[in-house]
Amino acid sequence: MTEAVVRSTGGLGTGDGTVGRVASGELDTAHGVVLYLDDISVSFDGFKALNRLSLAIDAGELRCVIGPNGAGKTTMMDVITGKTRPDEGKAFFGQTIDLTRLSEPEIAQAGIGRKFQKPTIFEHHTVFENLELAMKADKRVRNALFARLSSAERDRIADMLRQIRLHDAADRVAGLLSHGQKQWLEIGMLLMQEPRLLLLDEPVAGMSDDETARTAELFLSLAGKHSVVVVEHDMDFVSKIARKVTVLHEGAVLAEGDMETIQANERVVEVYLGR
Amino acid sequence: MGSIASTFGRLYGPRGWVALGAAAALLFGVVPVLALAVPDGSPFHVSQYWVTLIGKIMCYAIVALAMDLIWGYCGILSLGHGLFFALGGYAMGMHLMRQIGREGQYQADLPDFMVFLDWKELPWHWWNTDQFWWAALLVVAVPGLLAYVFGYFAFRSRVKGVYFSIITQALTFAAMLLFFRNETGFGGNNGFTDFKRILGFTIATPGTRVALFAITGAMLLGTLLLGRYLVTSRFGRVLAAIRDAESRVMFCGYNPVHYKLAIWTLSAVLCGIAGALYVPQVGIINPGEMSPANSIEIAIWVAVGGRGTLVGAVAGAGIVNGAKSFFTQAFPEYWLYFLGALFILVTLFLPQGVVGAVTKLRSRSRGAKPA
Repeated sequence: MTEAVVRSTGGLGTGDGTVGRVASGELDTAHGVVLYLDDISVSFDGFKALNRLSLAIDAGELRCVIGPNGAGKTTMMDVITGKTRPDEGKAFFGQTIDLTRLSEPEIAQAGIGRKFQKPTIFEHHTVFENLELAMKADKRVRNALFARLSSAERDRIADMLRQIRLHDAADRVAGLLSHGQKQWLEIGMLLMQEPRLLLLDEPVAGMSDDETARTAELFLSLAGKHSVVVVEHDMDFVSKIARKVTVLHEGAVLAEGDMETIQANERVVEVYLGR
Repeated sequence: MGSIASTFGRLYGPRGWVALGAAAALLFGVVPVLALAVPDGSPFHVSQYWVTLIGKIMCYAIVALAMDLIWGYCGILSLGHGLFFALGGYAMGMHLMRQIGREGQYQADLPDFMVFLDWKELPWHWWNTDQFWWAALLVVAVPGLLAYVFGYFAFRSRVKGVYFSIITQALTFAAMLLFFRNETGFGGNNGFTDFKRILGFTIATPGTRVALFAITGAMLLGTLLLGRYLVTSRFGRVLAAIRDAESRVMFCGYNPVHYKLAIWTLSAVLCGIAGALYVPQVGIINPGEMSPANSIEIAIWVAVGGRGTLVGAVAGAGIVNGAKSFFTQAFPEYWLYFLGALFILVTLFLPQGVVGAVTKLRSRSRGAKPA
């Protein structure tokens, strides 16, 4: 209840006019930073899930976030995407967009896409429809009532189907896909939103080695165009794609740097890698 | 115009349109002729009893369609849809009470029950109810507004699942208690009855009854087509997506609150219209229509017919209510047992309802042929 009230007093959020509109060109990354978390604290019943966490992601960067269970990785994602409100601290998308004042759909419209740990797709819709629904568009009720796919939009979906290697399964019901295919479909849905920042929670969990390698390739090709934050347990995968790694521990940043520096850090070895 | 025709053409395949055409021919041609032109003694004559019974069941079928839109497609189980139906019925009932004029028992300007309560003038909410257009507006606006306000708070606070169902059940129960009271000005537990005229036509004549029957049939077909348009549009795909993975819908940039509110309000309005068509045909409206059991029965119709199919809702309303009118005449004391058994059997053996079972049988026989 209170969550909803806080959201509605945000001023930007409740009117039909603002939610669902395509927020284009509003993201300002003039200073090179796409995501900026400053002193974020979140506690649940006294347990500090995030403890004065500060983090900055550069535009076009591919960042890996690792940390033991309970380090606050998922809570961090929740704060960025509007699912959880921080008790304290600032969260900015670019220079101007205050994430703590927006609802989940508004943040998605602003250009942040999120992939969940467990693949969340629309199981009763076809693969094609999944991509159609995710596609960047006017997402208000009024538009959805009369929307027809243009040929340019069909082409975009067809391109994405090829990119995620599901072009033969376009009309298959998504619930019938293999686990790895579902992961790829979800990634495809994120890309259809044309996000500026992608948050990926354990994107290669349950994938075969071959699929994992292809996913690493895909992510590396995304960096530059998009900023990507990957939360991952799979160390092989992280070392394959990571340029910069952030280690979380007990809700705060423990260490930050390239993979070698991290692996050499004694504290990191102690809390995480050593185990 | 061409684009409208092609939009409609897409809704059903050729077979579907033939079936709909046949239904329209029955509703607007065959039944009226058999009821009005064929003499009483003929075996082909359709009696007033059947015209009214089928008309009534068609009203229920509209309610079932409204329920399927919100439950089958959006996953929101309302156990209070009887309330919206009754509100539409009461709005129409107020107008019909005013149409009685001085022909009531007490030959007064006020409706009989008000004279009985020794009231001297109409309460404020009866204002303008002698005007048909005003009553028609109330039929749509009262259920719509109530649903919108209730839904706004419930959906914004993210009330979901069984909690939502329980609140809707409480809502209809509270309204029933309110309408039972004499001082609220809705005729207490007797409600409204003894209607004489609608739009100047005497209600009891065969012509008026057949006209009401045909209007209800048109409304039913219209609702079916509207529902079909909605569920095959992107709007409908978003609704089903909300049902299956609401968080993903939000992270795709859709605000589920607006989508739920839209379909919820539309669903309530459709129920209100169905109630307004029901009252002149059945000839009575009382708070019993708001009883929790009535609303639960609506959900049973949809479950029996098959959720998320639209035609299933119509079939379910027909099957259950057809059985009901048979049982309550043949074995009145067993009806509730039958209804309970039906619900259990459907849940156990036909989880997709009658329509789901038929589809399965068809695809099985089709799959068996080549082999």
